[in-house]
Amino acid sequence: MADLSINFCGIRSPNPFWLASAPPTNTGDQVMRAFDAGWGGAVWKTLGDPIVNVSSRYASVDFGSVRMMGLNNIELITDRPLDVNLREIAEVKKRYPKQVVIASLMVESKREAWHQIVKQAEGAGADGLELNFGCPHGMSERGMGAAVGQVPEYACQITEWVKQVARTPVIVKLTPNITDITYPARAAKKGGADAVSLINTINSIMSIDLDSFSPRPDVAGHSAHGGYCGPAVKPIALNMLAQVAKDAQVAIPISGIGGISNWRDAVEFILLGASTVQVCTAVMHYGFRIVEDMVEGLSNYLDEKKIASVSELCGRALPRVSSWENLDLNYKIVAAVDEQKCIGCGLCYVACNDGAHQAIGARAKNGRTEVEILEDKCVGCNLCSLVCPVDGCISMKQIDAGRPPLTWKEYQRNPNAHTHLAHK
Amino acid sequence: MEELFSEIKPALTQDEALAEANRCLSCFDAPCTRACPTHIDVPAFIKKIATGNLRGSAKTIFDANVLGASCARVCPTEVLCEGACVMHDLHARPIQIGQLQRHSTDWAMAHAMLPFTKGTRRRGKVAIIGAGPAGLACAAGLEQRGIDAVIFEAEKEGGLNTTGVADYKMTAGFSRREVAFLKQSGLTIKSGVRVGKDISLSDLERDFDAIFIGVGLGRVGKLGIAGDTLPGVVDAIDFIAALKQSHQTPVGKKVVVIGGGNTSIDAVTQALALGAEEVTLTYRRKLEEMPAYEHEVELAKKFGARFEFSLLPIRIIGEGKVQAIEFSRDDKVVRIDCDMVILATGQKPHLPFFESLPNVRIERGSVVVNEKMQTTNPKYFSGGDCVSGGKEVVNGVADGKLAAQSIAIWIEGKHG
Repeated sequence: MADLSINFCGIRSPNPFWLASAPPTNTGDQVMRAFDAGWGGAVWKTLGDPIVNVSSRYASVDFGSVRMMGLNNIELITDRPLDVNLREIAEVKKRYPKQVVIASLMVESKREAWHQIVKQAEGAGADGLELNFGCPHGMSERGMGAAVGQVPEYACQITEWVKQVARTPVIVKLTPNITDITYPARAAKKGGADAVSLINTINSIMSIDLDSFSPRPDVAGHSAHGGYCGPAVKPIALNMLAQVAKDAQVAIPISGIGGISNWRDAVEFILLGASTVQVCTAVMHYGFRIVEDMVEGLSNYLDEKKIASVSELCGRALPRVSSWENLDLNYKIVAAVDEQKCIGCGLCYVACNDGAHQAIGARAKNGRTEVEILEDKCVGCNLCSLVCPVDGCISMKQIDAGRPPLTWKEYQRNPNAHTHLAHK
Repeated sequence: MEELFSEIKPALTQDEALAEANRCLSCFDAPCTRACPTHIDVPAFIKKIATGNLRGSAKTIFDANVLGASCARVCPTEVLCEGACVMHDLHARPIQIGQLQRHSTDWAMAHAMLPFTKGTRRRGKVAIIGAGPAGLACAAGLEQRGIDAVIFEAEKEGGLNTTGVADYKMTAGFSRREVAFLKQSGLTIKSGVRVGKDISLSDLERDFDAIFIGVGLGRVGKLGIAGDTLPGVVDAIDFIAALKQSHQTPVGKKVVVIGGGNTSIDAVTQALALGAEEVTLTYRRKLEEMPAYEHEVELAKKFGARFEFSLLPIRIIGEGKVQAIEFSRDDKVVRIDCDMVILATGQKPHLPFFESLPNVRIERGSVVVNEKMQTTNPKYFSGGDCVSGGKEVVNGVADGKLAAQSIAIWIEGKHG
């Protein structure tokens, strides 16, 4: 069996699956039940000065019959007294010494305040600290959370303050609500951070009630922008993860966050450079029990790939994340339809004809739509294979162009030498 | 007992309808639409359910089929739209198109939506004989085009929808509600008027530009064997019509139903629902040759019916009332004791009425029409069971719809 254990900048975790700082890590009771279920670690719901929450707090985007493709919230940091949280952290650590408890922290931007909360969290036995520079709603209006993460200088300054007193590893949690995420990542590194975690939630208005015109989540007929997360944000998170992981100026461990719902998602994050992954929405949807499949699935995957340890996977896909200008213009694929599998729904035809490159022909046959790929018109865009409801019915097959790889830069040097690429 | 007559499939709840609508792949040029005789744009109306646009969904249905509400209940969807659903090829359940159609049309009826709007008046006036599915659809199609249509109905408005569909599919009350729904859009029905008796064909010819014949079929009639006039020998059409009036209709303890079509299945299930102890369906050929749909046969089995095949009725025995019936099978006599015989060997055409139609060719008991639903007398059009010899409600609607289009073009040409 593959080794799932992780050493994350000195923090040892039985597996890479951590709960993100969020409602599932609000209490010691929840965290202990999560550890019983198999979670390797938990980032405690952010500690700070007492706040008061609103009702309601969450809203979701459904897709067809699938609930909660995306979730947002306007909940703030913990609304429980600090001493209660600290006492529970201590109790959890006493009972679960092998599992990881990270204290997420957010206080006003004063050195003393940060020094004090760091000492309190470490005093309670936290294995590490996560600085919440990402929360985009409510706290940011008070100059905390994303308000810090969006200004690299602030992020660097507070990280420095924390590092002045911290004895445990310091993770800086980054906000995606910024033009280039590598800037705050570099600032965290500069401030002395041992690791970064990303992404925090994305600014969002979830939906508008068509009858009341109130945005959701509705608070007495009004709402405010909130933090968007869940499966829908995963592609955004993967991109930002890759940007940070490839940045030579950052070069510290990363905890990946953003729409991770199962072991497959987790593997993708790890392949793009995450050492641990943090999960929230999937647990808010289905409960702590989902970790069983995550642990099992990851372990089986590693065994099948004959990879001894999950750490060996880290960053393996990064070299393949390239720039457009480096892509091979001479690589050519076209769609191929397996007639045996085709159910005649015509979706590839209408998608290609209306939405892409008019490269599929159609005719009625036995009450169904029979399609034909017009290879000379097919640009290999994938759309037909994406809309096809039948697994493996439309595949993209490579056409041997008989030409060496050609990048955009090379093409630009002499376009006339590559007339085969001209639009037909 | 009443529950045995209630609709077998309960309506979908809002959540069920949404989940089902979201399951639809939205095929392009969809097989279900092609399979529907009225070519309802099924993916379009289902998508509109998914987005909560029920008014638009119902409009899509009614634009193609003004009797979309009853078709949602009585259509053999298993062999039409749902039979064509591509989900079969994905080894998945087909989309419940009939149930979704019912969801939208029920909403429309509950929200007093109009199934169609009358067009700007044009010249022309059409008499429709028969307020069954074909006649209603034809009248609606004409009114939509701005042509006055007057329906003459001798018996029940709604035709076989009101009198001839087993209650578990659709009640008479629902059929009447649907007719009322169509009337709200402006259909004119003169009820209790028998053409040829209360008003003459020549009067109609004088007062109307065209005449649509949608009289359907008549009763099953006698078998022409000894004993078929005995009390206890019942016409399936009368039996179901009576039953739809009252669930107290008398039924025998041991019932034999003769015939292998969908009407015989209705008679079987309804006799069992009324409390018959033993009901046997007898058919002169083999199971595979039965015209009844497979799903209907399965339903009769579920109700507890017995089936006997290759039985040709010879005589019905009884003194004063039915006591037994004898059949021949492979030159042997088979006797079944019973106290009721229901004849479901196929409805007979309204031949005397057909004979009164001037220059309208009748062949093998059916009105002959061309591809425009026009008879050999250009002023006369026809559709529905009196043309087809007995098909589905949806076929009647398709005929009526096509006839309306043809009549409008014909009148336009006549008036120049």
